[in-house]
Amino acid sequence: MSTSSAIIGWKNLSLGCAILEPGSSRKLKTGDWRSQYPVLDKEKCIKCAICYIDCPDLAYSQNEEGYFIADMTYCKGCGICANECPKDAITMKMEEE
Amino acid sequence: MAKRVGMEVSLGVSEAVKVADVDVIAAYPITPQTHIVEHLAELVANGELDAEFIPVESEHSAMSSCVGSSATGARTYTASSSQGLALMHEILYIVPALRLPVVMTVVNRALSGPINIWNDHSDIMSERDIGWVQTFAENGQEAFDLSVHAFRVAEDHSVLLPVIVNLDGFTLSHVVEPFEILDRAEVAKYLPPYKPVQRLDPEHPMTMGAVGIPEVYTEAKKQYEDALVRSKSVVIQAWKEFGDLFGRYYHPVETYKTEGAETLLLTMGSVSETAMTAIDKMREAGKKVGLVRFRLWRPFPFEEFFEAVKGVKTLAVMDRAMSPGGPCGPVAAEVRAALYDQPTRPKVFSFVAGLGGRDVQVSDFEEIVSRAEKYAEKGAPATYDLIGVREI
Amino acid sequence: MIEQDLKDFQKITQKSLPTFEGLAQGHRACQGCGEVLALRQVMKALGPDTIAVSATGCMEIITSSFPQSAWNIPWLHVAFENVAAVASGVEAGLKAQVRKGKLPEKKICIVATAGDGGTADIGLQALSGALERGHNFVYVCLDNEAYMNTGIQRSSATPYGASTTTSPSGKHSIGQNTWKKDMPAIAIAHRIPYVATANPAYHVDLMNKVQKAKLINGPAYLHIYSSCPTGWRHDIDKAVEISRMAVESRVFPLYEVLDGRYVLSRNVKKPIPVADYFKPQRRFRHLRPDDIAHIQSRVDADWEALQQKVAATNPAPPEPEAGSNKKEE
Repeated sequence: MSTSSAIIGWKNLSLGCAILEPGSSRKLKTGDWRSQYPVLDKEKCIKCAICYIDCPDLAYSQNEEGYFIADMTYCKGCGICANECPKDAITMKMEEE
Repeated sequence: MAKRVGMEVSLGVSEAVKVADVDVIAAYPITPQTHIVEHLAELVANGELDAEFIPVESEHSAMSSCVGSSATGARTYTASSSQGLALMHEILYIVPALRLPVVMTVVNRALSGPINIWNDHSDIMSERDIGWVQTFAENGQEAFDLSVHAFRVAEDHSVLLPVIVNLDGFTLSHVVEPFEILDRAEVAKYLPPYKPVQRLDPEHPMTMGAVGIPEVYTEAKKQYEDALVRSKSVVIQAWKEFGDLFGRYYHPVETYKTEGAETLLLTMGSVSETAMTAIDKMREAGKKVGLVRFRLWRPFPFEEFFEAVKGVKTLAVMDRAMSPGGPCGPVAAEVRAALYDQPTRPKVFSFVAGLGGRDVQVSDFEEIVSRAEKYAEKGAPATYDLIGVREI
Repeated sequence: MIEQDLKDFQKITQKSLPTFEGLAQGHRACQGCGEVLALRQVMKALGPDTIAVSATGCMEIITSSFPQSAWNIPWLHVAFENVAAVASGVEAGLKAQVRKGKLPEKKICIVATAGDGGTADIGLQALSGALERGHNFVYVCLDNEAYMNTGIQRSSATPYGASTTTSPSGKHSIGQNTWKKDMPAIAIAHRIPYVATANPAYHVDLMNKVQKAKLINGPAYLHIYSSCPTGWRHDIDKAVEISRMAVESRVFPLYEVLDGRYVLSRNVKKPIPVADYFKPQRRFRHLRPDDIAHIQSRVDADWEALQQKVAATNPAPPEPEAGSNKKEE
């Protein structure tokens, strides 16, 4: 995300330059940084949540079926999930150019 | 009920902090500030003041703890001096930027080196641009009154900036003076409880102290500078209300025998009382001299100052700090810069005296006035005069 | 006293991981950052009634670049060396206001976080002061073993032999030529009620330690291993694997100290060689076999010393508790 949202006049700046919206970093789509992405093989997955708890970018959340799925909006493609998956259910694939 | 007491001025400051009902004091001892914090620790220990006293391990941590405390919405106080103030330097800029109304007494003392525990203004003049409201007290009564006033100004929602009350080390802090102490009920009429606009609160999470990228840094600075400039009207209004309630009125710039004066002395702090004696003496001798003092140093009281020096030919500024290699003392530099664009202005001459506890006597002021008058006629050296230095 | 504080302790398990996140997505940490992973796990365990104070450093800049914040909880940054002092003020401010009836009585955890530089070097004095004064707060050192935010300069927590930009290896240099400062020992010397080491590869153990630190009255110090792919020059998918190897090689033992009693969290009976731990990290690439042997002997001696502390403070040492992501090989 560009810094354009920081173009604020001083009269409109919050008191002491505080950021009043918690978790507003969600607007920054760090998925843009990715060169590879995780692919889950649901056949192998045991829904153990290791990928979820080992993700530095908080990309994983559990879906209705109980699988943990990475949100590509934020996944930076580090591959820790694939490296740590105890069942080798996650593989990293290169992003297409 | 207010009561008249004979008390060491430092203890008077502590009593003012007590009647202001502070929540947190974080302080580290340094001469000559010690009596203030010792007395506060005692007031907390014996239950006269319900506050947390954090006996921090340095002044840097004192100011850092004040930031943390004030960010929770607590009324927060500290006191320091000299090397301690210098150690706080880094954090001092952050307090106004976060808009936290911390109040600090600075008991003015010389900066090392050589190490010296006595009074001058080199500590506070090194902190000119920190963005705090700054006042100077001349006597015990002022020290008490300005301390109460400081909380009122700092916590005003249109200000929300930290305030320093300066008071001269030893020559004021350690003297016993008669003055009037207000009680809690009286002060409560003047100083309402602090209502923070924003604070660290899990119910309303906010981020304080975020990285100010180039796109926002200038605006962040401008925001609190604007608050500081505008704080002058609050400072003045709060003094007026103080006077209406308690009968003692204060002004940003005070004058003494300036009617018809051609030469004015300019001083700050407790030395002004000696300066007044010198003015009396010179007036008796038929000299057209008067005295002008800054009680408010930041924000700089332009209009009041211009009014005070209107029609004056010569202005002799007495600084209590050096600016080695520079054109003049720090107060003289400010005064010259402020007057420069005025259509008519006095000639400004810079004198530095009273460094590191060197006594400033009536005769020194006479010397300053006589030199200034000579310079006004015949021209002055490019830099300042160091009064009383032994030239051997 | 600790027992009383921990009476409400509910153990987190892999099946009961907290859903709360103190940190939000969209932070700017490097790909595969082990430090933000540790920070995330800490904040998960602390829950929403928390006020966080951070020292200047990687975690501060990647979470708070105006106008966006990655903090879901109240957060304050002031400077580099003073986070423990700021936390002291936060604690005192809340305490005084609750006592005077200005704020409702509510248990709020105050957590201070700093890197190894902000803890073991420039922030050591403020930390010592805050621990000694006994403020009720949790201090978390996220140790990535150098000044990473400024570009991989050595700190007193950089391990012997690691090459950094200010302790570069070269013809006349092994890299860092001093042994890593034992920060937990310094914290323990303050006789605070709780000190622990933790590691995000053992996330359940980490989060349970965080919970204990939160519940115990008084200062708690957590020293958390935080791998840095950028500074340690390892592959970006290896943060957790290397973290695990640090424990399995006995380089970074997991233990806790409760009121002076040492408890080993993971008894590494068959350690992997230090050389294996070094191999994926290019900061150690220049080390010769005899250098590594020298380091191995130090690691062995440190482990032995830790065993002795456990034995000396426990009549009968309890079973270790930490599990790993993967089964023991």
